Amino acid sequence: MKFKASLNITLRPSILDPQGSAVLKSLKSLNYTAVESVRIGKFMEVVVEAADASAAEKMVRDLCQVLLTNPVMEDYTLTLTEV
Amino acid sequence: MNFAVILFPGSNCEVDCVHVIKEVLQEPVTTVWHKDTDLSQFDAVILPGGFSYGDYLRCGAIARFSPIMDAVIAHAKAGKPVLGICNGFQILTECGLLPGVLLRNQSLQFICEDRFIRVENNQTMYTSLYTKNQVLRIPIAHAEGNYYADPETIAALEAENRVVFRYCDAQGNPTPESNPNGAINNIAGIINEEGNVLGMMPHPERLSEVILGGDDGLALFQSMLKTWRNQL
Repeated sequence: MKFKASLNITLRPSILDPQGSAVLKSLKSLNYTAVESVRIGKFMEVVVEAADASAAEKMVRDLCQVLLTNPVMEDYTLTLTEV
Repeated sequence: MNFAVILFPGSNCEVDCVHVIKEVLQEPVTTVWHKDTDLSQFDAVILPGGFSYGDYLRCGAIARFSPIMDAVIAHAKAGKPVLGICNGFQILTECGLLPGVLLRNQSLQFICEDRFIRVENNQTMYTSLYTKNQVLRIPIAHAEGNYYADPETIAALEAENRVVFRYCDAQGNPTPESNPNGAINNIAGIINEEGNVLGMMPHPERLSEVILGGDDGLALFQSMLKTWRNQL
């Protein structure tokens, strides 16, 4: 079976996001005064072949641990759908 | 002292490193392609600056899985010198030989200019020919040099004297204004617990000859050589 993993990778809350701050400033200068905060991250779609959903999730979490994210600075959320 | 300079696809400071080792330090040096797997003939390994794998995913994240990296890690675990400069430092943090990570500069800008750093620890194999608190003028050239680690790691680095270089002003004061990238505690370079793996964002190889505007970086390579000779 094929599964598509959608990964939202964000900087950990303790880490400043200068890119997000710059975008926030820009929005404020456009008079969007209600905007409180902007954090910028990455989005990835990874398609894997696996026996079932739990095997697919295990594999993708492995990929995240080894290469796709750096746990020192990043967190991620994972959504899995069958394709 | 036989040096290896590792060439990754996208490295761009390897020629400067080779030049300094060969022409200024006058020691044997070989450029080693990242697909090679053997470093057994070398006494020291340098991971040069540049943009390995185009900085894709994260700086150094893909280079750390290059075939040569197993040999680099084995070389480090054997207690032999591994020096990571700029992108080399980023690779060393990604592969876990050094703690922490290099984040995007706080200014979001790529900064290429001379800066001052202070020698915090001159009891290492890389800094023995400097004096403690010596101020060096040295080029930096990076967009991701903002050193970050969790508070426990920073506390350990400081307590164990493993912050080797700190950004400072011309008088040697590590002020917020002299910090080019937002690095915690103005950290510019750190060393591992065993004292043989050094990572630094500034480029000593770019300032090792007076004709190029200064030679504040040369004593780093001379210190490595002196330590190695003393061990023979």
